[in-house]
Amino acid sequence: MTIRQTVAISNPNGFHMRPMAAFVETANRFPCGVTVTRPGKDPVNGKSMLGLLGLNAPQGTELVIEITGPRAAEALQALVLIFQRNFDEEPEATR
Amino acid sequence: MRMSEFIIREAISANLAATQKEDVIREMVENLRVAGYFKGGDSEDVVKAILKRELLSSTGIGDGVAIPHAKHSSVERLVGAVAISPKGVPFDSVDNDPVYVLIMLISPQERPSEHLRALEGVSRCLKDKNFVRSLRQATTPQQIWDLISNHERGA
Repeated sequence: MTIRQTVAISNPNGFHMRPMAAFVETANRFPCGVTVTRPGKDPVNGKSMLGLLGLNAPQGTELVIEITGPRAAEALQALVLIFQRNFDEEPEATR
Repeated sequence: MRMSEFIIREAISANLAATQKEDVIREMVENLRVAGYFKGGDSEDVVKAILKRELLSSTGIGDGVAIPHAKHSSVERLVGAVAISPKGVPFDSVDNDPVYVLIMLISPQERPSEHLRALEGVSRCLKDKNFVRSLRQATTPQQIWDLISNHERGA
């Protein structure tokens, strides 16, 4: 089974290295395949930092997370949460 | 963004003298300072900013590679340095392995998109295992520069 969800990048720093590392760590906790696609570009391996580093997703862009295999729904929920929590960073305005 | 657009050629090191994480970061910043970036007191401030970022989570991404970075107001555009440690440096990397290839990025404040485009360029090069192997075997800054520019030309 393959499931996918689109997430919006609202963080002013874009999808940067610290949340990428959190994404890879989370993705690797699950036995399923994870890809991330910036619309119009090739999908990258969501379990690899080098893959995610190639995304170049600044604030205002969208990414499609696609999961295939066992525990897909659980994995998707955990990965989407990283974006919904704005990478656990405060909005710049309140700093 | 291509690596050759932001890597400062004069700040490439093929043989880092330092053997510990903090010293390696300091040595790479010093290479950039000698190449004409950051004024006196700024370079120690840059070192501190990079170390502060490393405390959040290591930029050692595994497979012997680290991308230490920070924002700093002393640069007007994104600048980068490359260094090779033939012996390897402990870097608290995700895979716990030592780091051999280091790409350092210093960005101006408030220009996050440039940083992301630089990371894309780094990723494009480092995804090529042969490129990384050649980089680790390079013995002079000139060889490293040639490897980067040849790779980007598709040679």
